[in-house]
Amino acid sequence: MTRYIIRRLLWGVLLLIAVSALTFVLFRILPTADPAKLRAGRLQSPKIIAEIRHDLGLDKSLPTQFWLYMKGIFLHFDLGYSYYSNAPVKELIFNRLPATISLVLGGAVVWMFAGVGVGIVSARRAGSKLDRASMGTALVLVSAPEYWLGLLMLFFFASDIGKIRVFPGAGSYVGLTAEPSKWFTSLIMPWLVVAAGTAAIYARLLRGSLIETMGEDYIRTARAKGLSERRVVLRHGLRAAINPIVTVLGVDIAILLGSSVLVETVFDIPGIGRLNYEALLRSDFPIVQGTVLFASLFVVVANIVVDIIYAYLDPRVRYS
Amino acid sequence: MSAPTDGPLLRVEDLRVEFPTEDGVVHAVDGITYEVHRGRTLGIVGESGSGKTVSSLTTLGLTRAQGARVSGRLLFEGKDLVTLSDGEMRAIRGNDIAMVFQYPLSSLHPFFKVGAQLIEAVRVHQDVSKAQARARAIELLGFVGIPDPSRRIDEYPHEFSGGMRQRAMIAMALANEPKLLIADEPTTALDVTVQAQILALLERLQRELGMAIVIITHDLGVVAEMADDIAVMYAGRIVETASAKLLFAGPEHPYTWGLLKSIPSLSGTRKEQLVPIPGTPPSLINRPSGCHFHPRCPYSQPDHARIDPQLQPIPGEPTHHVACLLEPDVRGRLWSELHAGSTPEQARASVGLPAPQEKLASAAETVGDMPEVGL
Repeated sequence: MTRYIIRRLLWGVLLLIAVSALTFVLFRILPTADPAKLRAGRLQSPKIIAEIRHDLGLDKSLPTQFWLYMKGIFLHFDLGYSYYSNAPVKELIFNRLPATISLVLGGAVVWMFAGVGVGIVSARRAGSKLDRASMGTALVLVSAPEYWLGLLMLFFFASDIGKIRVFPGAGSYVGLTAEPSKWFTSLIMPWLVVAAGTAAIYARLLRGSLIETMGEDYIRTARAKGLSERRVVLRHGLRAAINPIVTVLGVDIAILLGSSVLVETVFDIPGIGRLNYEALLRSDFPIVQGTVLFASLFVVVANIVVDIIYAYLDPRVRYS
Repeated sequence: MSAPTDGPLLRVEDLRVEFPTEDGVVHAVDGITYEVHRGRTLGIVGESGSGKTVSSLTTLGLTRAQGARVSGRLLFEGKDLVTLSDGEMRAIRGNDIAMVFQYPLSSLHPFFKVGAQLIEAVRVHQDVSKAQARARAIELLGFVGIPDPSRRIDEYPHEFSGGMRQRAMIAMALANEPKLLIADEPTTALDVTVQAQILALLERLQRELGMAIVIITHDLGVVAEMADDIAVMYAGRIVETASAKLLFAGPEHPYTWGLLKSIPSLSGTRKEQLVPIPGTPPSLINRPSGCHFHPRCPYSQPDHARIDPQLQPIPGEPTHHVACLLEPDVRGRLWSELHAGSTPEQARASVGLPAPQEKLASAAETVGDMPEVGL
């Protein structure tokens, strides 16, 4: 098991280097605004631009730039400095991380409970009107774009512009440590929006998986023991049916940590996604590079964690 | 209600189990009657799809969830199980009546330790602490012959061998000392040597605990070894029933003959041919008219497709019942021919029965072509 984890970690590092190289090349090959020109502002003389170019290290060859970047990361965990604000990228990301984590983990709690709850009810009453209504709603939610759902929520329920003013609207986010109750209320709508699509997928996934599990021989055994139907479903059925969901949960959380751009933008939450979005508008390569690296890191780590958890969930799985 | 101590432990009366499906009503069990007595073993024999498993699952109330229509009576210690509520049925299930299934690996929950599953079985029906239940679970595992039970209780089912898993299943069924144990093909998924061990275990348990056993199997060898009484089922009905002694001494139904002639015997000569039963079990939605076995029966006569035979005692043996339209003396002569090693065609010719119509030929062609459809 330990050897397996070490091997996976080494592969993960290789993967992260590859992802970094790819983003590095992409943003320098694709036609974007020249960051040096953007920084020069109104002083657009070739000399000044060349100086800025030199300061930012953009005059060096691409491989040299990449080498220096990698060296910085490996030796000092240094992600460079923002072209725009000169602030260290690492610091910018760490400052924005709590908001994104609040959004994503809270959303994950919502989509797990909603998805699993609806999935169980639908599976137990497969074919009923309730089941068809749930699965129909799920289909709508899966198909609905996040920003559209977000805007709808704001339009109907935001306390400033909404039709029924219940929840704090865009830009109301405050840190958990600053004011816990406000942190909670400000995140209710974003959580619902982030969770909607995933909850719908989980509900459908769990429904199918539970229906299949309930046909297994060991469920018949559980019934033959004289267990209550509730215990048969919630302990024997769910325990086996939830496996595929736990497998995707980690990766879903990780992906969202790096890609909650739309929800953070709609609700104006100062998270990683928003940081990335702002950096893209300003051709602020080091920040884009840093956020992409972080996003990939989450996914790589989540995959390893999921594999380890899986071995605990299913005692028949053993890695070697 | 005080349980009567005389009379059968379980009396099944005219039990019918039907499943409405999109293709029509499946007549899985079609009016069967039998008794199980305390301390005795009943063997129910038949091919897949003959209704033997469904009838037992119905005894436990386990076909209710599948939308089965059940009629008839299931008198267990005088109480009719068909009329009990789900809650009352649950109190009996795993407590007074327990069941062991065919595939021990898939019948044990793969994610729970064997011990946890045993402890659960104990605690459903007994108000004991976890520690007490665990001690009982270890005792049970030791009782069914699992070595080092206090260590193995913390293993998962996949860490057990096939035979050990079935022993664990049996231990689980014994958790609350049931009065009736239903074993559904308990040895079918096991190696031959392990099969004998499991049968010996069941026999020992019955001696020591005095329970009644219903053993369901397609293998007459298994019931020959274990059963006191035998019921042979075909297409949802009992076609022959007698004590094991009588049935093996003088089987009366052509289907029973077919089952007997398709078992290889070690004592017989190598030249003795195995005679498979031609065709496949009939659809339980559109059953053959008349005698349900007539399309596969080598001795069927024209009117057998019209007349539905009833289970009747054979002359001189009031406890031996058979549902066959052939005359008793014709059956007797046919079996002595078959027993002497004749093929069904030779036996038929020497008894002087006309050959059945082309139906059989077409049924015979399907041997091996069609998958067996079990329920």
